[in-house]
Amino acid sequence: MVEFLQFTLGGIVFGMIYAAIALSLVLIWRGTRLLNFAQGGMAMLTTYIAIEVIYKTHSYWAGFVIALVAGLILGAASELTVVRPTAGKPELNSVIVTIGLLILFEGLAGIFFGGQYRSFPAAFSVTGLKVGGTPLGVSRFDVFTVAAVLATTLILAVLFRYTTAGLRMRAAAFNATVARLSGIRVARVLTVGWALAGLLGALAGVLVTPSTFLYPNSMDAIFVLGFTAAVIGGLDSPAGAVVGGLLLGVGLSYVGGYLNSDLTYLVALGVLVVVLMIRPNGLFAGARMRRV
Amino acid sequence: MKKSQRLRWQAAAIMTSALLGVAACSSSSSSSSSSSSSSSSNAALTASAPGITPTTITIGSHQPLTGPAAPGYSEIAPASTAYFDYVNANGGIYGRKIVYKYLDDGYDPTKTASVVRQLVLQDNIYALFNGLGTPTHLAAVSFLNSEKVPDVFVASGCECWNAPSTYPETFGWQLDYISEGKILGQYIKQHFAGQKVGYFYQNDEFGQDGVKGLDDEIPASMVVSKQSYVTTNVNIGPQVAALRASGAKVIVSFSIPAFTALLKLGMLKLGYNPTLTVSDVGSDPITLGGLLEAFAKQAGATVNGNQLTNGIITDEYLPALSASDSWYVLFKKIHDQYEPKAPLDGNFFYGMAVAYTFVQAMLKAGRNPTRADLTNAIQGGLPQGPMVAPFAYSSTNHLGVTGAYMGIIQNGVVVQQGSVLTTDTTATGPITTYTGSEEQAPASGIPSASS
Amino acid sequence: MAIIVAAIVAFLSIKLNAFRDFQIAEIAVEVTAVAGLTVLTGLSGQISLGNGAFMAIGAYATALLLLHLNWPFYLVLVFAGAVTAVAGAVVGIAAARLHGPYLAGATLLLGVALPSLALAYPGIFGGDQGLNVVFTTPAFLGVNFPLTRWQAWVSTLVALIVLVLLANLAQSRIGRTWRAVRDNEVAAALDGINVAAARVRAFVVSAASAGLAGALLAIVTGLVAPGGFTITLSIALLTAAVIGGLGSLAGALWGSLVIVLVPTYVTDVATSQGLSSSVGANIPIVAYGVVLILVMLVFPQGIQGGLLRLISAFLGPDQKSRTRRTAPTPHVTPSADQAPASQHEKEGFS
Repeated sequence: MVEFLQFTLGGIVFGMIYAAIALSLVLIWRGTRLLNFAQGGMAMLTTYIAIEVIYKTHSYWAGFVIALVAGLILGAASELTVVRPTAGKPELNSVIVTIGLLILFEGLAGIFFGGQYRSFPAAFSVTGLKVGGTPLGVSRFDVFTVAAVLATTLILAVLFRYTTAGLRMRAAAFNATVARLSGIRVARVLTVGWALAGLLGALAGVLVTPSTFLYPNSMDAIFVLGFTAAVIGGLDSPAGAVVGGLLLGVGLSYVGGYLNSDLTYLVALGVLVVVLMIRPNGLFAGARMRRV
Repeated sequence: MKKSQRLRWQAAAIMTSALLGVAACSSSSSSSSSSSSSSSSNAALTASAPGITPTTITIGSHQPLTGPAAPGYSEIAPASTAYFDYVNANGGIYGRKIVYKYLDDGYDPTKTASVVRQLVLQDNIYALFNGLGTPTHLAAVSFLNSEKVPDVFVASGCECWNAPSTYPETFGWQLDYISEGKILGQYIKQHFAGQKVGYFYQNDEFGQDGVKGLDDEIPASMVVSKQSYVTTNVNIGPQVAALRASGAKVIVSFSIPAFTALLKLGMLKLGYNPTLTVSDVGSDPITLGGLLEAFAKQAGATVNGNQLTNGIITDEYLPALSASDSWYVLFKKIHDQYEPKAPLDGNFFYGMAVAYTFVQAMLKAGRNPTRADLTNAIQGGLPQGPMVAPFAYSSTNHLGVTGAYMGIIQNGVVVQQGSVLTTDTTATGPITTYTGSEEQAPASGIPSASS
Repeated sequence: MAIIVAAIVAFLSIKLNAFRDFQIAEIAVEVTAVAGLTVLTGLSGQISLGNGAFMAIGAYATALLLLHLNWPFYLVLVFAGAVTAVAGAVVGIAAARLHGPYLAGATLLLGVALPSLALAYPGIFGGDQGLNVVFTTPAFLGVNFPLTRWQAWVSTLVALIVLVLLANLAQSRIGRTWRAVRDNEVAAALDGINVAAARVRAFVVSAASAGLAGALLAIVTGLVAPGGFTITLSIALLTAAVIGGLGSLAGALWGSLVIVLVPTYVTDVATSQGLSSSVGANIPIVAYGVVLILVMLVFPQGIQGGLLRLISAFLGPDQKSRTRRTAPTPHVTPSADQAPASQHEKEGFS
């Protein structure tokens, strides 16, 4: 019974990381109808920037904040330089372009930061928390991880629902032509969407890298599961991203604990197939419209 | 004698001896399969084999320089290059410089097949040196053997390299994982008798062979849990929780350094503090300390990098990285001169040590070696060099070092406990104490040609 | 056409050295797999990020058949293709209702997860170390015929056969059905086309091609291990298809040439400059990423599209009938997931 609790809590922590990546993918999908395969690579780069800042300034929080800012900039820059030109071209082109970005980022990281493992600090203690004498399997830092992702999600939800800027973004995603006619600078809104996605990815990066150690490919596996979470939840639904992430995180934790860690990806595939067979657009998909 | 007559006699004497010398040299260089090196140091250098020219020896390797398997392992080839640079700067091998060309295979066997063919068919290497990885090298080994290219000192502890009848060109170097498991297992059996033991191992040939060795020694009744991990999934929390739930007081881990560090962090998260025994592959104190150091830099931290590695039990077949060891002193000197920016850790030491063994083998192969000369030289036995135990090399055994010593990490250094132990890969083969002593590093840093 | 190409390849393989033969074999393997994928994605509009998994199925089937049953190779090849075709049918049926990113996600996870079957059942599949494949030149060629040349010939032969078959399919009614489904599913259904069957059929064809490519890969490299079938492979296949020109079989060739030759070429250049290992090893990666981005930005129709545009520009406007053979702009994410002006979508952030 204690193990069940430990598996569950541990799974929730990783699930929130997947949710953060899934959220960033949902943001970009809703705004630009594109899949950003470079999301993990961007998160890796911003984490490298963070570690350099931390080592130079000896301040974790300086690194944390600068990583988030770098995520904003990197997301916006990617959209402006490389993704914008593929608008109006076949959709797969943007997929290939973001894959190219991913490969480019990994290569650049290898050149500028070296390919060896770097240790990345956690914001708070990694010693486990206990209730009574029983260890819960999570640490203060884990609690911070969950809280940070939840807080960011809520802030973004408030931003979208209750501010003018958010209204503009929703309008542009809903119907770009009408939004333009209303005077909304759709292009700028798209860039902001990518920037926010970059911020989410950067957050996921700093939160998960203490557990993966930092190297050019460190975010690859996290990205695959984050993408899976987004698909499970439905790419149009931010709530779906969070639910999908938690489902995946906790489920895979049970697989590792009760079955065999070899089966992790196979079980994830199974879950995905089951969900998509019942609801082909993800768990939280709205009614499917088809143009006739 | 008149002066002019004396001069004529001297001239004749010089010319005769020169002619005799040339005749002797040409006859010794034309004998291709004899393995003894010509004692005359004036023999001309020839292109005696593919990859050998009068001035260079070209060798190749496949290494994971990029991709998820690269961190850690990508340090090895530059370390070997540093040692080869040192040898080249100090006379080379009989005057030839070693050219070490290693290509990236990203730990992908398909790419390994491709780069090895490029090295052999296009770059004409003399030998393949220190090919890294078990699944990757398995993609190359048949080709190398069918092309009769010496495949020396594979960087993998698989016992599959010991197949003199099917793979006569292939030789291991490091301690194989089964023997390692036996040595660790015996230590646990002797020091922790009756206690509950748990395994944590990488679910590939490295971990599985290690477990085989452990099971040869540790009675099954002691083992309460066996948890495996895959390198693609860093969430090992469930496995650690399962180990804790089993009540294991001793954990044996066949893990790479990243997962050893994760294991330690996972144990911290659960407040679980069993005795930790780790395979040599994943226990280098400097690497582990580096992985864990960020957790020591927190404000108000209660953990410290070295504190986390203290007490870890491990085995070592290379000397400890301490200033009292002659090999460390030598390798540090070369490191500081040729690769000062790289960390001088276990992987770097490994790279230099295997390069040293290669130089020994090449010197033994002779002044104008053929490819067969190299494999014959190794099969004739090599001195142990930096290794703490002898090599097994013979015509019937192509495995490398046969043993290791047990040690405990204290303050970032492995402190030896007891003597060096040697064994073999069979389930019932005994573990014996090695009574020989460690070789000291040569003062010049280069092995002598006569050994 | 195919016969001419076969003759050229045979001639080249004799003239060039053994390593080039190996590269010819590698390229043939890639072409076989990429051709199937370009048909699936370009002609029937279904994105797949998991064709590497089909290659793995074909490769493991080959290895197991050769190891346990010792069949002659041509029989093994057919069987491996058939087994993979069945797998393709299964995947196609499961994916029949999926579109765009959902299909991408499902196939991505397929590509990641399937190789781990080999680790989960090491007794059958050899685990991490994989299975050895022994392939020798047949007796009638004599003892001195180099193995690499034979591998090049076999691979090229299979690749050409697959290309011819796919070309015929693409021109046939089945191919037209695929294009109809790709361009407008609803209209196709209204027209009496069985959309689901067409989509599954495309998956079957694509999987079979990938399975044959996997079988060739097994005999060319000699080892079948999970490490050779990572997601990198699936992504490389898709990249090759798009860069070459989606939907175009000639594009499959261009794309395969790029992904096989560019990394090796750049590595050679990098190492000859004497760069340090951490920099030198990553230069090919940076170059590869840059090439992908540039080709997509400069040639949105891929290399084949770009070539045809250049040719038509060169030949002048009265030759434009010649350039009709490219696939029209492929729409991979069909109507349900686009955001055109005329469509209503669900509202809100939460």
